[in-house]
Amino acid sequence: MTTEAGLAGPAAGTIKAETAETLGRKLDAILLPLVALIVGMLIFSIFLLFLGKSPIEFFQIVYKAGFGTPFSWTNTLARAAPLLLAALCVALPARLGLVIIGGEGAIVLGGVAAGAVATFAPGLPGFLGIILMGIAAAIVGGAWIGAIGALRHLRGVNETISSLLMAYIAIALMNHLVEGPLRDPASLNKPSTAPLPDAWRIGEIPGVGVHWGLAVGIVGCIVCWLLIERTTWGFAARIVGGNVKAAQIQGLPAGLLIIGFTALGGAFAGLAGMFEVAAVHGSANASLAAGYGYTGILIAFLARHNGLAIIPAAVVFAGFEASSGLIQRRLDLPDATILVLEGIVFITILLSDALQDKVSIVKLLKGDRT
Amino acid sequence: MTTDIGLWGVPLAILGGAIRVSTPFIFVSVGEALTERSGRVNLGLEGTLVFGAMSGYAVAYQTNSAWIGLLAAAFFGMLFGLFHGYICKLPKVNDIALGIALMIFGSGLAFFFGKPYIQPVAPHLPAISLGWWSDVPQVQAALRVNVLFIAGIALAIAASWMLKNTKVGLTIRVAGDSADAARALGIDVNRVRLWSTAAGGALAGIGGAYLSLYYPGSWNEGISSGQGLMAVALVIFARWSPINCAYASLLFGGAGALGPALQSVGVTQGYYLFYAAPYVLTLGLLIATSSTTRAMTAAPGELSITK
Repeated sequence: MTTEAGLAGPAAGTIKAETAETLGRKLDAILLPLVALIVGMLIFSIFLLFLGKSPIEFFQIVYKAGFGTPFSWTNTLARAAPLLLAALCVALPARLGLVIIGGEGAIVLGGVAAGAVATFAPGLPGFLGIILMGIAAAIVGGAWIGAIGALRHLRGVNETISSLLMAYIAIALMNHLVEGPLRDPASLNKPSTAPLPDAWRIGEIPGVGVHWGLAVGIVGCIVCWLLIERTTWGFAARIVGGNVKAAQIQGLPAGLLIIGFTALGGAFAGLAGMFEVAAVHGSANASLAAGYGYTGILIAFLARHNGLAIIPAAVVFAGFEASSGLIQRRLDLPDATILVLEGIVFITILLSDALQDKVSIVKLLKGDRT
Repeated sequence: MTTDIGLWGVPLAILGGAIRVSTPFIFVSVGEALTERSGRVNLGLEGTLVFGAMSGYAVAYQTNSAWIGLLAAAFFGMLFGLFHGYICKLPKVNDIALGIALMIFGSGLAFFFGKPYIQPVAPHLPAISLGWWSDVPQVQAALRVNVLFIAGIALAIAASWMLKNTKVGLTIRVAGDSADAARALGIDVNRVRLWSTAAGGALAGIGGAYLSLYYPGSWNEGISSGQGLMAVALVIFARWSPINCAYASLLFGGAGALGPALQSVGVTQGYYLFYAAPYVLTLGLLIATSSTTRAMTAAPGELSITK
């Protein structure tokens, strides 16, 4: 809409039509994924009907366990915190045209880095300890995912495959460290790093009842949105995402942008691991590999890699996952039920991409069938 | 009677392990090689593999026949492949992203329906003893070869021959190298890719059934640890040649057998690091064989993954 000023005058009527169309397109960008989500839920409902389960009861339970009471909201938002950060690890590189699906690796190693800091310097005061843990987790996560970006740019290694391979390597590394060099001898049944000193534990946001990871996640999403949509770097990154060669001809530092944005995404994922350790588990152990990295992929795609859209998308899926336990007990369905739902929604979202620019929901709503 | 063969046990165990562990890799990678030669990438084979493992096990248990289980796994694998191939026909659908979605969907469905089959015991696929000439039990153990391994090697040879020498093979290659050229020849590119992806899916299903019906030989949610995805990476390393896929699979199988082999002779230090060996090897080979400056030799021209 930057052209408005230049076109002022005789073409005023067309401008009005144009603005209406841009607005319509923007609305479509929000509505289409929303419709895809609803269609995915409908297909899942048919799946449940075939199994003789009531979809109405299913979604009632999701509502009750995920969003119905203040307690369920606390539970949902606590799960949303790592999902927000994990989704950023997918969305930021995606704007540069990279499909990175190994955020789980950065989460896990970020958590281990936090645990390691607590093991080696437990005498530090709480405030300093938390900052150190955050820095360590962000550096380790950033280096891990940044390396994938570097390999992509310098060696042409496919980032989708390398990131997932590196996630498996990260989990093996975590198991090695947690059961070997970093193991707290007192942890018997579940090998863990030494428990964090009490002063290092990250508390709740006053009045919300959810740990500070949620605030960091939301701020991270807003910052990323501003970075991508409102800064020169973000603009350059989007050009690289459109066409690397063209960007390089324009003199844009494609390599730096790719490595920088992947590293930033990895740093957010690393922080997710740090918050899991410092605010939830109290030490680093195998619980870190909880699959947040994989749900983050779906959330980023649902949000179309837009930082602001990640926030509601993460809350929706956090709610689904928070209700998993109650669904198992009430409906006698396995815990993979949510995974099936996520798979179906993921497919309908990708299908909606095929309809992008072809079907306008705004026009359909207006009854305009052109 | 046990003969003490000392440290010789390690290479022997690796050889035996390579044969056992490589079989699913052979099926998945040969299937993916066919798909990629037609110009598509199916990253969802990881999900197909897991669903193949579950459906193969469940059907084998219900029918009491491992072979019917294997057929069922191939059938469901084909359905997944058809699904991927069909959706990828639509414009603007990214085959890599759809692969990720199918990875989640396939695993989710497999875990969903597989819950009741974690406990029961299904019949296994038969193995052939090729170590009858030796008295050493370790040699005999290493050379107990599953029929699917032999079938997999034969399949790799046949697929290579098919791609090189038959009309079907040529059609697949043309579709993969240049969709425009294929259209000029009157080839329906989307249909070729659809069926190549379906074949790849069926083979990945068989690879999954091998996991649950022979080695490790049971169904659980942790049955696949990324084999489906590693096989995709392996195809790049094997330069899209099915026969090279078989060699590469053996190499990967050997790397995968390293951890358990060392553990069997009492090396437990760093067990998890040895467990990561196949991933590190895959990544190393991927780095060594990728390049930004020149197009990869033998890479199908239409492939999104090498662009």
